[in-house]
Amino acid sequence: MPTSKHFPRSLLAILSLMFAIFAWQIIVRLSGLPRFILPAPYDVWMRLLKALADGSLLHHTSVTLIEILLGLFAGVGFATTLGYLLAKSPALEKILSPYLVASQAIPVIAIAPLLVIWLGNGILSKVVICALIVFFPVLVNTIVGVRATPPALYDLMRSLRATRWQILSKLELPASLPILFGGLRIGATLSVIGAIVGELVDAQEGLGFLLQLGDFQYDTSMVFVAIFTLITLALSLYGAVVLLERKFSK
Amino acid sequence: MPSKFALTVKNLSVVYPDNNGGLRALDDISFNVRHREFLCFLGPSGSGKTTLLRVLAGLLNPSNGQAHFHHQHPKIGMVFQQANLMAWRTVIENIKLPLELEGMDAARSRAKASEMIELVGLNGFEDALPRELSGGMAQRVAIARALIHDPDLLLLDEPFASLDALTRERMWNELSQIWQTTKKTVIMVTHSINESLFLADRVIVLTSRPGKIKIDVGVDLPRPRKEDIRYTPHFGKLARTLRETIK
Repeated sequence: MPTSKHFPRSLLAILSLMFAIFAWQIIVRLSGLPRFILPAPYDVWMRLLKALADGSLLHHTSVTLIEILLGLFAGVGFATTLGYLLAKSPALEKILSPYLVASQAIPVIAIAPLLVIWLGNGILSKVVICALIVFFPVLVNTIVGVRATPPALYDLMRSLRATRWQILSKLELPASLPILFGGLRIGATLSVIGAIVGELVDAQEGLGFLLQLGDFQYDTSMVFVAIFTLITLALSLYGAVVLLERKFSK
Repeated sequence: MPSKFALTVKNLSVVYPDNNGGLRALDDISFNVRHREFLCFLGPSGSGKTTLLRVLAGLLNPSNGQAHFHHQHPKIGMVFQQANLMAWRTVIENIKLPLELEGMDAARSRAKASEMIELVGLNGFEDALPRELSGGMAQRVAIARALIHDPDLLLLDEPFASLDALTRERMWNELSQIWQTTKKTVIMVTHSINESLFLADRVIVLTSRPGKIKIDVGVDLPRPRKEDIRYTPHFGKLARTLRETIK
């Protein structure tokens, strides 16, 4: 029975979280560090409530979330389209793969300032950075997934006079879905990093901006709030992909 | 003028390209298939049996000659050596795939799939996934899928080769009965003499590499055939004839 199995596990997670907060409190007490270096859980909590009350947290979170979602959609869209083409055409893959692999040798952090110079410090540069970081794992998994389609099933579809579109929608897509979702899970977590990297370079809003603002103002509690919000965002995105995966797989 | 043949094959050759002038898989094959005939190709491995079926299914273009169908665009039902089911589809979803591809609406295709499930005796397994089925059950799903869209020609590529001996013989009985009720034109390839005699109206023996027609034998055993027909003298005589040509 799933409930009897899941209940103690979620209880365990809550317990470990409570323990971590308790340990954190103890460390603050014993070390006597000032608040601007290590705030206590209570300080962070109060800062969170304040940021929620004045609407700033919600605003910056929604900006970052929009960047992430747009970047994720763009990155996944391009990666699956190109991945499908590469999977179907080994010649194209031979031509393009050196460039694709080389592009992965450059850390996104290194080219992020360049993209901000070219695309401005608004939302567009963040979306592009986010899409870039999502692109590669999804691309690779698309290629592997489509190639994993059993060849004998192509024979079946062709013997039934299936059209190109039917082969894609009824065979290749469902056959590659498990592997595709693996790439999507990696992409979802990376997309959060992409957006923050872009915002840290230069931004007027977003959680990365909030993070930096807190840093400049020695508002360390605010930095903690921003970090926890990011963690929550990443976990939610990951969870959403897992839910989607469960809905589509048998 | 309506032809009495469902299929006419003329001077068919298939050469697979290689570095050595090409590998000749089939060499100048000609034969006719009557409507509702159960024709069996018998031959050792490397006799181009599967190649022949692939040409007939439209999966492979012949190097020479042609296969001429009575219907302009014949509908094909094909059963492969492996059941070849889609792992993400349930039994009933696998069976109705050909109807889906034809664009039939969901309710009607589901109803037809239920009929097919009845025909192959898989009641109660409609919503099972392929990984939950035994080899024999999976192959029954494959047979149902090959028949559901009322094909003009049923192609069977050693459909029972991957099953154990007992299951295989049970499947002969079932296939024989299914053929009695549906009366399809069937072309089957196998390397089992018993299988071909038990099921077919006619057996064509192919030679090994390149595949050529060696003999064309009518199987005049009475129908419906039961298991004990294999122990009759006439069955034995036919089996001996085939065995001697294959050697």
